[in-house]
Amino acid sequence: MSVLVDENTRVVVQGITGGEGKFHTEQMLEYGTNVVAGAVPGRGGQEVAGVPVYDTVQQAAREEDANASVVFVPPAFAADACFEALDAKGVDLVVAITEGVPTQDMSRVYRKLQETDTHLVGPNCPGVITPGVAKLGILPGNIFSSGNVGLVSRSGTLTYQVVDNLTDRGLGQTTAIGIGGDPIIGTGFIDALELFEADPDTHAVVMCGEIGGEDEEQAAKFIGQHMDTPVAGFIAGRTAPPGKRMGHAGAIVSGSGTGTAQSKINALEDNGVPVGDTPEEVADHVENLL
Amino acid sequence: MRLHEYQAKRVFADAGVPTPASRLAETVEEAVDAAEEIGYPVAIKAQVHVGGRGKAGGIELVENADEAREAAENIIGMDLKGYHVRTVLVEEAVDFVNELYVGVTMDRGAGKPVAMVSTKGGVNIEEVAEEDPDAIAREHVDPAFGMHPFQARKVVYDAGVDRDLANDVAGVLRTLYQLWDDRDGSDVEVNPLMITSDDEVIAADAVMNIDDDALFRQPELAEMGEEAADGDELEQKADEYGFDYVRLSGNVGIIGNGAGLVMTTLDLVDHYGGSPANFLDVGGGAKADRIANALDMVFSDENVDSVVFNIFGGITRGDEVAQGINQALEQFDEIPKRVVVRLAGTNAEEGMEILNEDLVTVEHTLEDAVQRAVEYAGEVDT
Repeated sequence: MSVLVDENTRVVVQGITGGEGKFHTEQMLEYGTNVVAGAVPGRGGQEVAGVPVYDTVQQAAREEDANASVVFVPPAFAADACFEALDAKGVDLVVAITEGVPTQDMSRVYRKLQETDTHLVGPNCPGVITPGVAKLGILPGNIFSSGNVGLVSRSGTLTYQVVDNLTDRGLGQTTAIGIGGDPIIGTGFIDALELFEADPDTHAVVMCGEIGGEDEEQAAKFIGQHMDTPVAGFIAGRTAPPGKRMGHAGAIVSGSGTGTAQSKINALEDNGVPVGDTPEEVADHVENLL
Repeated sequence: MRLHEYQAKRVFADAGVPTPASRLAETVEEAVDAAEEIGYPVAIKAQVHVGGRGKAGGIELVENADEAREAAENIIGMDLKGYHVRTVLVEEAVDFVNELYVGVTMDRGAGKPVAMVSTKGGVNIEEVAEEDPDAIAREHVDPAFGMHPFQARKVVYDAGVDRDLANDVAGVLRTLYQLWDDRDGSDVEVNPLMITSDDEVIAADAVMNIDDDALFRQPELAEMGEEAADGDELEQKADEYGFDYVRLSGNVGIIGNGAGLVMTTLDLVDHYGGSPANFLDVGGGAKADRIANALDMVFSDENVDSVVFNIFGGITRGDEVAQGINQALEQFDEIPKRVVVRLAGTNAEEGMEILNEDLVTVEHTLEDAVQRAVEYAGEVDT
C-alpha cells in the first residue's frame, strides 16, 4: 500500500505547456503515472505528450476524472493555480513544484487549505512518489524501490541522497513525500507522519529535517505521543551559523537560538527517534528499526 | 532583502508614520552640514545591516559641530562587525520619556501574520521574547481580511500601553501592517517607537525586510535593495551569479545542488574533522556555464584549500555538470586547489565518461568524497 498516491491517482498538470511542465509530464508518463489532463488558460483543446489540455482545472476534473493536480506554474501565478486546484471538485491532492512563491501568497493559500479536505504538498518541493506505481513531480524515479519504509523530507536532493542509501541496502519505500523547504507549506511533517502511521504497509519512517522553524520539534512530540511505527531521523544544517539563510527560505537559525539543528536532534532523540550523523547512518538506524 | 534604516524610514514616513528629521551623509563635511541644518543635539548613525550598532560604536549623540565632525570621522569608513560603513544618517535627537516596540512579522508556525506590541522597547526584542515572552502582546491577523481596527487596539491595550497613547500607537501598527501587506514585508518593525513628553509618537528606528521571492512585484524596493547591498565581496559576486552562497570560516570549499544536500555536505565535512569554507547551492537544472561560475566563486576564496563537488541530479544532469567542471579547470596551467567530484542521479554515468579525471579526484559516495576533500585540505595546511 501507500499514502497519497496509488494506482487510482489521475493527474492533471497545471502549466503543462511550459518547458518544465511538458518535460516532467513526459517523465511522469514514462514512470507509469496516470496523467490524464493538462490545464492552461487559453490552451484548451491542445494536446501535450498525447494528453488533452483544458482551460481550467475544473474542466479537467470533470471531463477526465482527474483527482490530483501537479502545479508547474511560474511563481507569480502559482498561488492562483493552487487556489484553482483547491476549488476544483474531485481534486483531493495538489502537489506544487514551483520554487520561489511569495510567502504572503502562501499564507493565503494555507488559510484556504484549512477550509478544505484537500492535501496540498509543497510548494518548492520535489513531489510525491509511490515507487513502481506513480510519481507526481520531478523526483528521479530510478533511484526509488518499492518496500515498507515511508519517507518525508523538507529537501529534494537530500531525499534522493537518503533514498539512495536506503535502496542500496535493499530498504524499499512505500511512499516518499518531499514537503518542501519554504516557511509556509501545505502538508507538514505531522500530516505526513499521520498518513504513514495509518498505513499498515509502512513499517518504519524516515524523517529528514533541517534548521529553521520549529516543525521538527513539534513532529518529534507527535511521534512520542501518537506513533507506534518507528521513525529514524536526519537533520541538515548542524554547521549553519545563526542569521544566515542557507538556500531554503525556511532554513535560517534565528538570533534567539531556536530552530537549531541541535534543538531538533534533541527533540527527536528525546522522543525515541534515532538521528543519524550521516545519511549512511540513517540507513543503519532504519535497518535496526525494522 | 533588508533595507537600510534611512530607506525604511523614507518608506514609513511616506506611509504616514512620524519619523525624526534626518539627512543621509556620505562624507564628514556632509554630516556636519546636515547636523547644522537639523539643529543639535543630533544622532549620527552608521547605515549598515548590523544589529546592536549603538553598543558597537556605530551611533553617537553629538551636541555641536566639533563633536559632529569627530563622530562622523569615527564612524564613516569604520569596520562595524565586519561591515564597512559608507554612509551615516544624521538625525534629530528625540527627547523621549518612553520607548515601545511595534512590529509585524510572519508567524510561520501558524502560517499567518502576527502583530506585536511591547512596552519593553528600545532593547533587543529577541532577548525580551526569550526571557519575558509575556512582555510582548501578540495578535494573529487573517491574511484574507487584513488587520481589523479592533485588532490593532486589542494588541495595544493588551501590551499595557497608556490609554492616552493607544490610538496613536494602534495607528502606527495598522500602517505597519498595511506596509507589510502591500510591500511584501517579512519583518516590518519600529524599535523604539519613542514617546515624547508631549505624548507624541516618533519612529526612532525602522526595520523593513522584504520577501526576496516577491521582489519581482516590488520594483521600487528592489532598486533600494541594490543600494542597500553591503557585506562580503564574495557574497556580492554570488548575488551577481545568482547563487545561494554563504561564506564561512573554514578551508573546504563546497558546491552542490539543493539546499538540504549542500547543508548535509557541510555537516559531513565537519563530521570528518574538516571545516567548511562556504555554502554554495547551484540550484536545480544548472548548465555547464553555471557550474564553471560556481568553481570560479569558490576558487576566488583564498581560504579554500580543497573543493568538494556533490551533485545528486534530479533536474540537474550529470553530463552538464561534468562539462562545466572540465570547462572551468581546463583553463588553468596548474589547478590552484584540489577538486573532488561526486556525481549521482540523472545522467551521472554520462557525466563520469565526460569528466576529465586528470583534473579532479572522483569519488562515488558522499562520505568518500567528503573524507577525501577534508584529507586534501589538511595536507595543504601542514
